[in-house]
Amino acid sequence: MAEIDTKTAVPADPKFISIEGIARRYPKREGGVTTIFENLWLQVPRGEFVCIIGHSGCGKTSVLNILAGLEAPSEGAVIVDGQAISGPSLDRAVIFQGHALLPWRSVLGNVAYAVSSRWRKAGKTEVEERSRRFIELVGLKGSEQKKPAELSGGMRQRVGIARALSIEPKILLMDEPFSALDALTRGTLQDEVRRICLSTGQTVVMITHDVDEAIYLADKIVLMTNGPEAMVAEVVDNPLPKDRARDSIHRHEDYYTVRNHLVDFLVSRSRTFRDDKPAGYDTRRPPTVRLGSAAKVADAANTIPFPAAANGRD
Amino acid sequence: MKSLGVRAGILSVVLFLAFCLVWQIAVTPSASSGPALDPEYAKLMGITTAGSQSAMPGPLEVMQKLWVALSDPFYDNGPNDKGLGLQLLYSIGRVAIGYGLAVLVAVPLGFLIGMSPLAYRALDPFIQVLKPISPLAWMPLALYTIKDSNLSAIFVIFICSVWPMLLNTAFGVGSVRKEWLNVARTLEVGAWRRAFTVILPAAAPTILTGMRISIGIAWLVIVAAEMLVGGTGIGYFVWNEWNNLSISNVIVGILMIGVVGMVLDLILARLQRRVTFPE
Ligand SMILES: Nc1ncnc2c1ncn2[C@@H]1O[C@H](COP(=O)(O)OP(=O)(O)OP(=O)(O)O)[C@@H](O)[C@H]1O
Ligand SMILES: [Mg+2]
Repeated sequence: MAEIDTKTAVPADPKFISIEGIARRYPKREGGVTTIFENLWLQVPRGEFVCIIGHSGCGKTSVLNILAGLEAPSEGAVIVDGQAISGPSLDRAVIFQGHALLPWRSVLGNVAYAVSSRWRKAGKTEVEERSRRFIELVGLKGSEQKKPAELSGGMRQRVGIARALSIEPKILLMDEPFSALDALTRGTLQDEVRRICLSTGQTVVMITHDVDEAIYLADKIVLMTNGPEAMVAEVVDNPLPKDRARDSIHRHEDYYTVRNHLVDFLVSRSRTFRDDKPAGYDTRRPPTVRLGSAAKVADAANTIPFPAAANGRD
Repeated sequence: MKSLGVRAGILSVVLFLAFCLVWQIAVTPSASSGPALDPEYAKLMGITTAGSQSAMPGPLEVMQKLWVALSDPFYDNGPNDKGLGLQLLYSIGRVAIGYGLAVLVAVPLGFLIGMSPLAYRALDPFIQVLKPISPLAWMPLALYTIKDSNLSAIFVIFICSVWPMLLNTAFGVGSVRKEWLNVARTLEVGAWRRAFTVILPAAAPTILTGMRISIGIAWLVIVAAEMLVGGTGIGYFVWNEWNNLSISNVIVGILMIGVVGMVLDLILARLQRRVTFPE
């Protein structure tokens, strides 16, 4: 593990999203409260693609729902662009895990619903024209009049993406958007989301279970420990270049360093981290980890065996 | 090989003809002995019918009566002699008013109840007690308080069709999927727009199911109510023909009650299909 300089320019607004000490607690059935997480701090700079990974049940969806404003945190606050959020907003679009399309509306109707909510005074033709543009962007031209029930899982998720992007949100929030799809479809959609987000400089927070997805898409990968009382263990700076390509990414010298680090975390450190915190760990400023370096190529290459890691992935 | 629909149609016609045949045979008096009428019944039916002829009309006679009734359905010769169509219109009119009022009350109220779990819980016991009351049990109360037989009939239609719609609306509204509501929330959709663009379409199939149950009940009830209050309507028509000892006309009335009930149900079924969405 070595520190290297990231070549990317320092983002203008490193605290674009600032999660400040949020907690999520639920009352236990037998009395008392369960703390899913508490005192959680995290910052997302403007224009970055951040993935959160962690085991099932650690509270990722809860974090995302709080970011979306759909749930209020039990404690703490989320500041977006200098303002504490107080509820859902058109500035933060959500792509839901279960696509959440309105089944009685056509593809066009679903996207137009979002567009006309964003621009209340827009005329019908304007709304339709814009909706069609985004439907085309996600490759669904020709399916505008179909109902969600007539679409495949991948197509539905595309509509969800079109709907979210069509309102030009400041922030895109995604909760395991591709986890229900087959590998091939997932790959294509990842490519598309990456292309779109890169070209518009979209700020994205995405939750995933999939290590490879995180490496392919993210600028930063946030590692959450197991719940209850989950915390942000560290933020991994993705050393892969911005112009990475799916078919050659695994040949990059740092690919397996990052991958092994993430898998290693999920397999063991997510469990043990709490009792084995690095010296100087501060929940307010989770450490940023930079991996990989030209000097370490020799041993960081794909030859490092991680048998436990390979078997233990979830 | 014909389609299932055609074959089912043929079978229906065959069954109908077989039924008419059996009916005709059953009412044809046997030559040897006249039908042994119960003396009480004979008296009730009028002595004249006691003889070799059965009091029960055959299918041909009923069809002939039906033809007569349908060829001039809207004549009006005073209170005791109105055309079948006219009587049906009276009944349909009452159902339309009572049922329409019930829709106007039940759907918005059910909407509010469905939106609030508290209201749902609090009102549920009342609804559960009021729902199973036979509509006709309301009749004396209605006649006493309203003092108008026509309005009482409408009230009874109202009171019996309101519950299924109220419950179904509340249930449908209460069980709209949270993710759809969340979509509306993230799009900052206002309460009114949310009600009409998310909750109503999502709950519409359930609401229509309630409306369909209600129209069935309303049509069942109006016949009974009109028999009680008299004056006009298909229920009164049937009762009046019974008093006139015209069993053929009674059967004609019964047939038309069935046909109109079916048509009402078909209309609601069509509406229901229009708002149902596949998931
Ligand atoms: N309404 C609730 N009442 C009580 N506990 C809840 C409630 N909602 C969620 N939890 C608990 O909060 C924890 C975090 O849930 P959350 O959905 O955020 O997990 P997650 O990290 O998104 O998991 P997954 O990866 O499986 O989606 C879980 O342990 C869950 O049991
Ligand atoms: Mg989740």
